[in-house]
Amino acid sequence: METLYPALTVITPLIFAFVVGIVSWINKKICFWLALLSLIVAFISSLKILFYITTTSSIVQYKLGGWPPPIGIEYRIDWLNGLILPIISFVALLNLIASKRFMEKEFKEKESFFYILYLLFTTGLLGVVITGDLFNLYVLLEITSLTAYSMIAMGGTGRSYLASLNYLFLGVIGASFYLLGVGYVYIKTGSLNMVDVFRILPHIYNSETVLVGFIFCMVGVWIKMGLFPLHTWLPNAYTFSPISVSRIIAPLMTKVMIYVMIRVMFSVFGRWYVLGRLYGVNEFVVLLASCAIIVGGILALSQRDIRKVLCYIIVSEIGYMVGGAWLGNPNGLIGAILHILNDMLMTFCLFLAFGNVFYTRKKTKIEDLKGLFGEMPYTSAGLVLVGLSIIGIPPTCGFFSKWYLILGALQAKDHFFAVSLILSSLINVILFFRFFEVGLFSKASYKKEAPVSMIVPLFIVSLMLIVVGICSGSIVNKIINEFVLVALG
Amino acid sequence: MEKILDEVATKYNYWIYIFIMMIGFYGMIGKNNLIKKLAAMNIFQTAIILFYVSMGYKKNATIPIIKTTHDVITKINPQEYMNPLPHVLMLTAIVVSVSTFGVALAIAIKIYQHYNTLEEDEILSNIKEKD
Amino acid sequence: MKALALVITILCGSLLIYATVDFPAWGDPKSPASLHVSPYYLIHSVEETHVPNVVTSVLADYRGFDTMFETTVIFCAGIACFLLLRKVKRKKEYFIRHIPTGVIIHIKEPSKPPSGISKNIDEFEMIDPTWVPYDIITKTICKFLIPFIQLFALYVIAHGDFSPGGGFQGGVIFGTTFILLAISFNLQSSLQKIKEKIIGIMCALGVLIYSGIGALMMLLGGHFLDYGRLSLILPLDPVKARAYGMLGVEIGVGIAVSGVMFLIYANLASSGTYEEGL
Repeated sequence: METLYPALTVITPLIFAFVVGIVSWINKKICFWLALLSLIVAFISSLKILFYITTTSSIVQYKLGGWPPPIGIEYRIDWLNGLILPIISFVALLNLIASKRFMEKEFKEKESFFYILYLLFTTGLLGVVITGDLFNLYVLLEITSLTAYSMIAMGGTGRSYLASLNYLFLGVIGASFYLLGVGYVYIKTGSLNMVDVFRILPHIYNSETVLVGFIFCMVGVWIKMGLFPLHTWLPNAYTFSPISVSRIIAPLMTKVMIYVMIRVMFSVFGRWYVLGRLYGVNEFVVLLASCAIIVGGILALSQRDIRKVLCYIIVSEIGYMVGGAWLGNPNGLIGAILHILNDMLMTFCLFLAFGNVFYTRKKTKIEDLKGLFGEMPYTSAGLVLVGLSIIGIPPTCGFFSKWYLILGALQAKDHFFAVSLILSSLINVILFFRFFEVGLFSKASYKKEAPVSMIVPLFIVSLMLIVVGICSGSIVNKIINEFVLVALG
Repeated sequence: MEKILDEVATKYNYWIYIFIMMIGFYGMIGKNNLIKKLAAMNIFQTAIILFYVSMGYKKNATIPIIKTTHDVITKINPQEYMNPLPHVLMLTAIVVSVSTFGVALAIAIKIYQHYNTLEEDEILSNIKEKD
Repeated sequence: MKALALVITILCGSLLIYATVDFPAWGDPKSPASLHVSPYYLIHSVEETHVPNVVTSVLADYRGFDTMFETTVIFCAGIACFLLLRKVKRKKEYFIRHIPTGVIIHIKEPSKPPSGISKNIDEFEMIDPTWVPYDIITKTICKFLIPFIQLFALYVIAHGDFSPGGGFQGGVIFGTTFILLAISFNLQSSLQKIKEKIIGIMCALGVLIYSGIGALMMLLGGHFLDYGRLSLILPLDPVKARAYGMLGVEIGVGIAVSGVMFLIYANLASSGTYEEGL
């Protein structure tokens, strides 16, 4: 079984992207169905890997080219990646269905070529999560980034080009810092495989090279995830891109970078290095994360454009996860990993709901939400659910991850982080109730709801928010706990 | 004193490449013109490539192509050949840097078509006026 | 702003130089990078893959997966340039110049684009209102040189196993022959000879060959990109099959890279309109 599904998850969108690349010059109509088919296959095979890992409690390893590591590249799927892989393909699949009309309207005859970039973006993300080799991660990161820059620049307005170029410069700095960090680690260990480096590093923990390598890896990943104060590319990039593009980049890209950070911290350098040798640094990082949460919340309150509000909510949420991971105790790490899962779903649901509003009303300021609840009942229902989830009200999923994070903060006696988490919930209450208040004004004159192809994905994802919330207990006990036991002992 | 000279003599190549890297890095974040930033980005990435390749050098070693005579394999001493792995990694990095440069140039052409200028502060003041 | 940039730069630079205290000396044959994984590649490359160029065997076989994604990156760049810049405008008038006499034919409001120009690239060429006369020396010499350069490019691809070379290098040389045609003659005439559709399909076809070979290995029961399985369908022993698998993969890379080089040039030089060029 293991010989098929790991490779299938990544290879299917890749090969289908090239097939679409050829077919789109000949016949443009079937490209959508080819893309849909490949994402369905990727989703099913990633689910099968997750079932295999949870039922047999073992790690899946796949040698590429038949060469054993560290000679060749290997795929290594443990509980952490196994959990994230299905979500990525799920979000990509639903977004393709929900954004078909957007893509037809925005790109006209270049729509079939756009699917190539879309499939390659998904392949890059799946590859980043699934790989066990440091340099392979860099190459896949560059595929993801390059397709993201191009997709954002497809917005067509002058501001989207500028936002994309700004994102490009900062993204190149981030990726190059990561590459430098990997180089410094290579020059002292001689290997690029994550497990191998983990084995060799404890002998050279006192080396300054390894320290600077770690710093540069971390700073590179922080730039790419948009941690305050390195987040300046984020609001413009996600606001001025086409709606169908920001719906897939915003939920996925930054959370996959958080996965990379957790992976590098705990599976390559190890907790003895990050929390032991570098004692004291984690308090500084948690402070930075708390500032990110507060600054994100305050800036979200001051915006008038809905898309910018959503971007600053994302900046806040990244602060939750970075702080949780660097707290250093099991509860914090469980909260951070559960929040990766929840935040992908919540952000996607948020962008889906507001995407429906932008499609029917074509305007993006807050005052244009007037009469929303009367005119678009289904979309408003989804919006209410996701608002409750971001605020953190049970039984939606947002409550459980916040609960673990606050527990972890109190356990580590980091009261500033706990206070900033609660403050952020209050700020989210104000934000969302402002939306609901404007939406309840003025009566409905006529019913103009978004088309069915956009409502069904919204319905599915909002249902998932509640389902994941109710199953949080079993997810934490069966999957996340296993990884945290290995990582934190 | 001797120790410092010793350090310089054995590691001057790394210092030179780090210096070039920092020139590129300063250009990327400090300059105003978009094309100057792009050129600095290229310098930055090229310096990283040179840094990696210089890692693989061994004294008195030749290029990593094994000398075989009519498919007869003699005993190979790895210390006679340079380290092939950084070369391979940097082939990938060169291609990635060229691709990023190409896409960045395409976006810069579009910006010029929209705003008729390539200076970042002029573009930003242009945007502020329109708001 | 510039002061802040200078401070950050000096901080990063000093951090990097501080770390070099612990580096192994330059050229040290006993550094960890040279002792751990790389001796395996040097010692076993010829006996396991029959390829003396260790860089090629690591690139295409041991770490072939990275190379596939690298080719995907350059394919992405080509498609992105095409998507961003390409503007398909209906041409309202055509200018065609008869080269021997210098007479210019101006076609207004054509019902369909004029055909047959690619067959007579010596006699007719498409120009635009900003046309400048091209040099006959450049044209003649480039016309003679291009087939030889292409032959050299094919040599570089095929001999990547034995001398410095390989798919990327040969593909770039092949792509530059197209660009040389566009520079010495005219972008429009060269696009009449090498149609945009063919270039686009070439880019995707090259990478599809690479991943297709990998997927074929999976269908034959092995791991992805495990070339030894080729011995099941070709009459070779597993070690020789690896060398041939590598050759197939390098050919795919060469096709993709040459297509993308010309696609990026055509889109950037004419800003997507395919009219003037450099």
